[in-house]
Amino acid sequence: MSEETKKTKIGYYPGCAITKCSTSEEYGTSVLGVSRVIGPELEEIDDWNCCGASSGHATNHKLSTALSVRNISLAEKDGYDEVLAPCPMCSQRLIVSQDDVENDEKLRKEVEDAIEMPISRNVKVSNYLEIVKNYSMDEIAEKQKRKPEGLKVASYYGCLLVRPPKILKFDDPENPKTMDDIVKAIGAEAVDWEFKTNCCGGGFTLSRPNVVIKLTHDILEGAIDAGANAIAVACPMCHANLDMRQQAIEKEYGRRFNIPIVYISELIGLALGLKPKDLGMDKHFIDTGSVIDTFSDIEK
Amino acid sequence: MSKKIGVFVCHCGTNISATVDVEKVAEETKKNNPRVAYTTTYKYMCSDPGQKLLRDKIKEEGLTGVVVAACSPKMHEHTFRNAAVKTGLNPYHVEISNIREQCSWVHPDIPTGTDKSIDLVRMMTEKTRKDKSLTAIKVPVTKRALVIGGGIAGIQAALDIADGGQEVVMVEREASIGGHMAQLSETFPTLDCSQCIMTPKMVEAAQHDNITMYTWSEIESITGYLGNFDVKIRKKARSVDLDLCTGCSSCWQVCPCKKIKSEFDMGIGNRTAIYIPFPQAIPSKPVIDRENCILFKDARKKNIKPNDSKVCRKCIDACPIAPVKAIDYNQEDEIVDVKIGAIIVATGFRELEDGLYGEYGGGKYEDVITGLQFERLASASGPTEGKIKRPSDGKEPEIVVFIQCVGSRDPAKGCSYCSKTCCMYTAKHTMLYKHKVHDGHAFVFYIDIRCAGKSYEEFSQRAIEEEGATYLRGRVSRVYKKGEKLIVLGADTLTGSVVEIEADMVVLASAMKAQDDAEQFAQKLSIQYDKDKFFSEMHPKLKPVESSSAGIFLAGTCQGPKDIPETVAQAGAAASKVLALLSSDELEREPVVARVDRQLPPVFSTCIGCFYCQKVCPYSAIESEDIKARDGSVIKTVARVNEGLCQGCGLCAATCRSKSVELEGFNDEQIYAEINALEFN
Repeated sequence: MSEETKKTKIGYYPGCAITKCSTSEEYGTSVLGVSRVIGPELEEIDDWNCCGASSGHATNHKLSTALSVRNISLAEKDGYDEVLAPCPMCSQRLIVSQDDVENDEKLRKEVEDAIEMPISRNVKVSNYLEIVKNYSMDEIAEKQKRKPEGLKVASYYGCLLVRPPKILKFDDPENPKTMDDIVKAIGAEAVDWEFKTNCCGGGFTLSRPNVVIKLTHDILEGAIDAGANAIAVACPMCHANLDMRQQAIEKEYGRRFNIPIVYISELIGLALGLKPKDLGMDKHFIDTGSVIDTFSDIEK
Repeated sequence: MSKKIGVFVCHCGTNISATVDVEKVAEETKKNNPRVAYTTTYKYMCSDPGQKLLRDKIKEEGLTGVVVAACSPKMHEHTFRNAAVKTGLNPYHVEISNIREQCSWVHPDIPTGTDKSIDLVRMMTEKTRKDKSLTAIKVPVTKRALVIGGGIAGIQAALDIADGGQEVVMVEREASIGGHMAQLSETFPTLDCSQCIMTPKMVEAAQHDNITMYTWSEIESITGYLGNFDVKIRKKARSVDLDLCTGCSSCWQVCPCKKIKSEFDMGIGNRTAIYIPFPQAIPSKPVIDRENCILFKDARKKNIKPNDSKVCRKCIDACPIAPVKAIDYNQEDEIVDVKIGAIIVATGFRELEDGLYGEYGGGKYEDVITGLQFERLASASGPTEGKIKRPSDGKEPEIVVFIQCVGSRDPAKGCSYCSKTCCMYTAKHTMLYKHKVHDGHAFVFYIDIRCAGKSYEEFSQRAIEEEGATYLRGRVSRVYKKGEKLIVLGADTLTGSVVEIEADMVVLASAMKAQDDAEQFAQKLSIQYDKDKFFSEMHPKLKPVESSSAGIFLAGTCQGPKDIPETVAQAGAAASKVLALLSSDELEREPVVARVDRQLPPVFSTCIGCFYCQKVCPYSAIESEDIKARDGSVIKTVARVNEGLCQGCGLCAATCRSKSVELEGFNDEQIYAEINALEFN
């Protein structure tokens, strides 16, 4: 691979949640769809495996580290300097594992033995917001075809994009702004609200639904009270909890929110004039029509 | 004649003897070293009988060199040298072999401790053989003290020195003296009004015959050394003539810039552009804030002299002083030179900035305030005249949550230390609040309650038991706004539950931090500072008010967080040290200083004049000297050590490429003797 192409292409690590035919397929579909229009070019890492999250890192640290860093080593083998993992659980696991082996020589050796590959030290793992901020802001301005009118978006980052701050070093952990900047760039209003990094309950949605219902209720209420008519996310878990639980919340609290939860990549896609169906916007529990309808062609 | 050396091994109670067989050390030393004429051990060498033993044996045995194997030389080198002087022995023939701090305390068992002690004593015996007599350096003293900072520490120190009959120059960078104490409403644990005890002291300092006060002034530079400092003070342009102005208030009443946030009121009150910081300010004469004054802004924009601007001349027009007005827009900074004998640094602290805690709003919410802001709210001279009103809408808060340890004891935020005063001032705040808002409810989140001090514990118990503040043991994870309320999410670790409080106002017990420019200021003074940028004392127990530079002392919170009583005590201690220094006409200094060699012609000196020593010297003690021929022509330029400034650190000696610098008392011969003693045995 020549130096030239190496620079423009980024390794794409979908992970289990957003790969084709998975529960949050629309996130992956929209990320890839947007990248085809404004770049950077994404290429799926060959032979990728589970990032070692959830059951992996809850049961065996070495196993989850080995699973994670294998993907990074594969990326290096394929010649990428940077990997995009749109799911924050994945990006966090990959980055934290990199940090773990960097600071623990013994673990590093054990993991290298397990994956039968040297561990890469040079591959940068990025989340989706970083990729958009670093590569695509100018392109969005250049290639935008449609603009929203009256769309007020509460940017919801969740816990994993910014934490642990010492290792991830991404944005302000208490009041991140990157997604808000993207929302503003496409011409929507970024609502200032209080629950940007609150916990959505994550995986407890199956084992402790009552806890998740309370947490998601607070987040949805916070967004509505701040005047938002849509919530943007960049995490499949956040999306599932906020999108799927609204009916249960109504039962528990008697308040109907009916607020669409959209991926930030879907919003960018709409702004670029991509078809909602191609972005997977028909796959949500809460109808996204009210968001789609705010977009109209820019008159030139 | 070879030396007769005596070795005295100290037990230090069990501090040394628990892990060092002191008898064996004495025995082995005697047996293996022919130059050791006498050895003994004693339980406490530093005690009076111990010192007497030392004196007696020097005389009886005719000792010409002494090694005391005991604690660190920082502790008692001085003690034993003084004892030796009384027998007529030159004190620099007395050496300490430290077998405590880096030996008995750190080794776990007797065999290792003993073997190492024997080695250490042998090394020091060899060094002692090479010791030469040295005589103390005498330097003259300028009988005038400088006090930097006009808060309670500076004022107390200045008054104590002035009352002792010595001259004091006091420099304060703000427009008034008074510091943080003048901002406080009431003080713990007696709830007496801070202004009532502070302002009389301010007046006393201002009127004292022996005190010269420079407000709105900063230290430009300090050079020189103990007893002989040359200090340049920058009198910042005040734009008001202090001699002419009577403080009549006409000018600030007419000033049109009324919405400038008052620094004294911690931003919750406003002031004008020409202003006095607070009504009881000293001097009670205004200063023009050139950043915010519209006349100065206009002059800067048009690049003209301020007096040529015609945008606004209300203050000068209102000034009743005639024929020359007391206001002078064109006034410039002035540099004053003073000669000083000793310096007290009392530059105080700053309160932790709002922005560090994003989870508590990071300065975003008006009703999340700091401890000092609450003081201004509660103060009768504050912007609300002592009524507790929340800043956003002026409503009386019904529920107030106080969060302790904000920026203290939180290594994740870079402040691992305890700010020491917050437990007490939070208890005080809950009381002040309850006294003014009877139906109000105060919640306090704490980690521990640390109220060690006379009547302190009783005070905090009073807050809980009698005044009804609800104390919750746990941290607050978040504060966010919901409508008009602030939602405080925290943990109550005693019941193991999550607490959610709908508060009207939140008060953060913000940490005491070192001043922003503490680091640069310490470098200006050549004094050391710690990881948190507080200035370091010379010894944490035995020299708590001395800085690392001779003749410079520390008082108050510039050295570390402390409350008012402790600050006053430290200021008094620093003042007494200064008075002792200034009481004599000449000072004696340790002759442990570096010297650059001088040789007979034609060499003159082996120094090649590279001045690497000057670059490494932390005390600016290296000067250059021209060696001249009879006709005045320069033969060579070499380094010279200023004995007054040199602290004997030895960096220059280690750096010198031509071995031309030696440290008295630690010359190459002595050091090699020590090393060889270890190497070849």
